[in-house]
Amino acid sequence: MKRFFAQCYIWILLIVLYAPIVFIAVFSFTESKVLGNWTGFSTKLYSNLFTGNMQGTGSLMHAIENTVIIALIAATVSTILGTIAAIGIHNMRGRAKQAIAFMNNIPMLNPDIITGVSLFLLFVFLHISQGYVTVVLAHITFCTPYVVLSVLPKLTQMNPNIYEAALDLGATPFQALKKVLIPMLKPGMISGFILAFTMSLDDFAVTFFTRGTIGLDTLSTYIYTDARKGGLTPELRPMITIMFLGILLLLIVINMRKIRNTNNAVK
Amino acid sequence: MKENIIELNNITKHFGDKCILDNVSLSVKKGEFVTILGPSGCGKTTLLRILAGFGSADSGEVVINGENITDVPPHQRPVNTVFQRYALFPHLDVYENIAFGLKLQKVPVDEIDTRVRKVLKMVSMTDYEDRDVESLSGGQQQRVAIARAIVNQPKVLLLDEPLAALDLKMRKDMQIELKEMHRKLGITFIYVTHDQEEALTLSDTIVVMNEGKIQQIGTPTDIYNEPQNSFVADFIGESNILNGRMVKDRLVEFAGHEFECVDEGFGENVDVDVVVRPEDIYIMNKTEGAQFTAKVKTCIFKGVHYEMLVDTDTRHELMIQDYNAFEPDTEVGLIIRPADIQVMKKERICNTFEAEIISEDRVKFMDEEFECKPQTTFAPGQKVKAEVKFNKVELIDHPEDGMLAGTVYFLLYKGDHYHLTILTDDGYHIWVDTNDIWDKGDLVGINIAPKDIKIIKCDD
Repeated sequence: MKRFFAQCYIWILLIVLYAPIVFIAVFSFTESKVLGNWTGFSTKLYSNLFTGNMQGTGSLMHAIENTVIIALIAATVSTILGTIAAIGIHNMRGRAKQAIAFMNNIPMLNPDIITGVSLFLLFVFLHISQGYVTVVLAHITFCTPYVVLSVLPKLTQMNPNIYEAALDLGATPFQALKKVLIPMLKPGMISGFILAFTMSLDDFAVTFFTRGTIGLDTLSTYIYTDARKGGLTPELRPMITIMFLGILLLLIVINMRKIRNTNNAVK
Repeated sequence: MKENIIELNNITKHFGDKCILDNVSLSVKKGEFVTILGPSGCGKTTLLRILAGFGSADSGEVVINGENITDVPPHQRPVNTVFQRYALFPHLDVYENIAFGLKLQKVPVDEIDTRVRKVLKMVSMTDYEDRDVESLSGGQQQRVAIARAIVNQPKVLLLDEPLAALDLKMRKDMQIELKEMHRKLGITFIYVTHDQEEALTLSDTIVVMNEGKIQQIGTPTDIYNEPQNSFVADFIGESNILNGRMVKDRLVEFAGHEFECVDEGFGENVDVDVVVRPEDIYIMNKTEGAQFTAKVKTCIFKGVHYEMLVDTDTRHELMIQDYNAFEPDTEVGLIIRPADIQVMKKERICNTFEAEIISEDRVKFMDEEFECKPQTTFAPGQKVKAEVKFNKVELIDHPEDGMLAGTVYFLLYKGDHYHLTILTDDGYHIWVDTNDIWDKGDLVGINIAPKDIKIIKCDD
């Protein structure tokens, strides 16, 4: 009996968690303009999405393009910055190390809205005209700590003599970094990159405050504006479904990597 | 005479307040197998890291092959290191690990290939070149680590406790192989270990270190048979260390008896330390013809020999190793041959502190004020020396009840009492003779009675 309730609990929890997304996914297969009306099965919304036969297609495609490009740039730059920072933090000692590691955690716990508003004020203060560049800068800012967090454990696990061994065999510090350190940190860097990429994709608050008034839209701001204009464009339903599946796939890949890595470590 | 390949001159190193290396100088001849031996924390690994270039000395210079390389970064030094935990590159296979150094030097590909195969053969790992290093056993990984270092043909090979992580059997095999490799390659080996047996087996020269200082440099037989101080005697092998007195040349008194010995030049009636190895005491059932007698306390079988503890007629405890067993409670006769008695100058005969007079009956040393016998010879503020005899220092169980607190840092059994080295919380050493039993690491309180503090004039 106890077991039965425990089972029920987990299923109710899962239903509550996944009902909204399932709801959208189901209604992406009907043509009704109003969400919630089932007017028969159809894949027309999907074909509309891909053939561009819908209102405001141009700006939606543009928003998607912006989102992906910004996420790629932000993830790449923050992976580089974050890895360098992690190596620096790892080589620090005692108090200073703890302090920096703690400071690295704050931006992650900070509400997005605060990060967004403070960056907005900073850009205004520095007279940087807001647009593409400021959005990218803002995304790099909040993505970097996640990379640091995924690279640091790799460094702690590493035998401290490995870097010295490379120097000992005649590698300059730069060669040791390139030929030994980076290859060994790669798994952490890849996880960090994927994490940064998804964080950037998903961001609304920071983008909203730093995009300025030039009409730059990412997917999240596009959907927000679209929804405010009077109802969600029906074609967004299949798009959300596809994105969800994409992220799901990515998560599975990350987890598989993790399992493989821990298995390797056990060996 | 062969030239010196390594010269370390006056190397000093501190970590914070702690002195790790205290003015260490060492020269090594070309082709020698030198072992730096000492307990953990004695500074031996720090010394090796300074040689490799991973750490820098506060002062002093490092000369290799006639070149001052004190400020040369590690990748430009003509040395290679074998690390304790192998430090192989896990993302490369065995072959690539070994070829790493050669590739950096831009050695032609076919030459790399011949050299890598040659060292693989040397460490008997010929069929393992494509293996993932993490799939290898500890011993195999260590072979790869050695191969990776020697393939670069360094002038000096540094080995930092390379066998410490292996099991006993594997360690013995690798010792023989290392010795063989040293003979074949003809390069200088600097080997760091805390294992005295390993040091005795492998080395041409042993450097015994303790507390950042070199205690003795010599061949394994020198170090074993003629230790220069009680630390070396105690650290290398089993030994009986006793307080003794040099009566005159070639005659020493210890354990209540006078013995003929071969040492001279100490002077007459001088306090000394005496070392007798347990296997050098002859033990027999009859007491006539013996130099002195004893009663067997315990007898333990150790494989090849028996190890016995005996109480002598003068209540000194001695350890004896012999092929024959003598049952507990039997009366035995003992003989020690003159050549088997090693006489050592005492490093110190009492505690001596730099002190300052505070008032007529107060003196300050070790950052602490002590009451002393009232005196008027010295004025307040004057720098003096304070002496306290080893057996006049009182140790108590509770550190908070003593004038000073400290920990037992090193202990030496001297037949009828213990000689302890106490490290105070402020980093001073006090030496204490006591009959009480303490363990290494015990926290103790230290008291000194006013009448036991002797104040003498500074030499300068």
